[in-house]
Amino acid sequence: MENFSNGQRMQRQRLLDQSFRIVTRSFAFLVLSLLIGILISLVIGAAPSIKAFGFGFLTTSDWDPVNNHFGAVVPVFGTLVTSVIALLIGVPVSFGIALFLTELCPTWLKRPFGIAVELLAGIPSIIYGMWGLFVFAPFFSENIQPWLIDNLSPVPLIGWIFQGAPMGIGIFTAGLILAIMVIPFIASVMRDVFEVVPSLLKESAYGLGSTTWEVVRYVVLPYTKTGVVGGIMLGLGRALGETMAVTFVIGNSSRFAPGLFQPGNSIASSLANEFAEANGDLYVSSLIQLGLILFFITFIVLACSKFLLLRLKRQEGKET
Amino acid sequence: MNDTTLDLAKTQKNPTITMNTAIYFRRRLINRLTMGISMLAMVFGLFWLCWILLTLVQNGISGIHLSIFTHSTPPPGESGGLANAIVGSLLMTSFGTLIGTPIGILSGVYLAEFGNRGWLAPATRFINDILLSAPSIVIGLFVYEVYVVSMGHFSGWAGALALSLLVIPVVVRTTENMLRLVPSSLREAAVALGTPQWKVVMYVTLRAAKSGVITGILLAVARITGETAPLLFTALNNQFWNSNMNQPMANLPIVIFQFAMSPYDDWHTLAWAGSLLITFSVLSLNIIARWLGSQKHNSH
Repeated sequence: MENFSNGQRMQRQRLLDQSFRIVTRSFAFLVLSLLIGILISLVIGAAPSIKAFGFGFLTTSDWDPVNNHFGAVVPVFGTLVTSVIALLIGVPVSFGIALFLTELCPTWLKRPFGIAVELLAGIPSIIYGMWGLFVFAPFFSENIQPWLIDNLSPVPLIGWIFQGAPMGIGIFTAGLILAIMVIPFIASVMRDVFEVVPSLLKESAYGLGSTTWEVVRYVVLPYTKTGVVGGIMLGLGRALGETMAVTFVIGNSSRFAPGLFQPGNSIASSLANEFAEANGDLYVSSLIQLGLILFFITFIVLACSKFLLLRLKRQEGKET
Repeated sequence: MNDTTLDLAKTQKNPTITMNTAIYFRRRLINRLTMGISMLAMVFGLFWLCWILLTLVQNGISGIHLSIFTHSTPPPGESGGLANAIVGSLLMTSFGTLIGTPIGILSGVYLAEFGNRGWLAPATRFINDILLSAPSIVIGLFVYEVYVVSMGHFSGWAGALALSLLVIPVVVRTTENMLRLVPSSLREAAVALGTPQWKVVMYVTLRAAKSGVITGILLAVARITGETAPLLFTALNNQFWNSNMNQPMANLPIVIFQFAMSPYDDWHTLAWAGSLLITFSVLSLNIIARWLGSQKHNSH
């Protein structure tokens, strides 16, 4: 009798165990299918525009809601250029910060500085946008931009980059604000990967008489190469998809204008500005297709970053 | 350390080393230079943080009155507050967290406890990390497509749903990491006593990882509190008092966006006040979460 009830209890627990496993498994599956769901829904939403414009969507620069003719060149160009500017400014600075935090910073300052950098990451993007629009753009257009335009626009070959009116807002400002926003992400990944370098390696180099910079250049960097690139890609992924900060300062012009000080548009900012007011199926679906392109680009960038970071981890496992 | 070796070398008067003084000098110079630049980079980073926080306090503090919490958003030219937006934000953030957290914790449990074999766990981990930094505006588009279009109108629920999709990856990630920090000996001890696995997870490992998991949830809340992009075409906005989640709902980030882009001065003041509120709450959530996280580490 007792054995019987014990057996029953065992069976019940086994059943519970199994269902617990199935439940957690299905939730993991839900997370997985989320991505697939996003992709499918975007493709369905973008279908009318894909049908109407085909491949030409990527090569036309018209964005004309009145005549229902849409092309993605301006927003894609804006997205890519602002992100590249963000990386050009952000990567060296993040590298410097990571270097400072791992090699130079006195131990008692490490924590407060680390927290400060993470706070920079915690500020909501809309605050960056407001600050950029109301504080940075006027300052920039009054004090720095006129000088840049006067002195750099007559330079042959690269002069056209700096032409334009000193409005403060535009592609360059958007890129700079993106740079400030991605610095904490890149810096914290770099700091983390710098810290996985075995101290044995670093100490050997110091023992041979290397300077701190030489240790970083010839020991730390080669060891963490893939991780550093992964961190940069992560920052790039963030910069590509950033919406609010860019929407405030990029100028929102769907006319194609090369040059850093010209107003432009990015994929995310066109979505933010136009989607809620878009009428007409083709208009909405073109915007969704823009979203699909954005999702596609960031997916590739983030997948690369993840892959590189994983490789560093595996290599770390092998060598220790 | 490097300076002392150099000085030692100098005093020894070794001819080859004195010949190399120029090289040493160059190496030392390069070192000083790069270290100086790295310090400047740190200053550069802190400079923006200080500048942003300073302008925020400067512009926002004058707008903080009691009326912000008691009045709804005004039409231009009239006085008012942000009460409807604050309530909307609170409602959507709480529902978003309530929907997202259990899903996140359960899939985190799967990844940490059952995820050592099979294809599902590595694939989910990979996808989850991508979702973690996927553009939030695309999440908004997704919810618009599947929820707003089928319901036929913008609503607070759609906003909460979009926010919950942002909560999930953060919670999955931290839950898995925290569960992996729990020593296997704890699990083995429980299993050796004949505990079924679901009890091991619920009563032993999750309990041991509790503060870490809570840290993750707080970080997720901090993240969605300031999110604007996914709410743009899900919750939309509402100028009036509304606590019905089935209606378009006001929320702080979008009110800030709308007011800041407007040409009216009193709307700008309200936008700054709202920004100060939101930044203050996000940053304090962040600090509390990190404090909780570090507490756990210290006690080990």
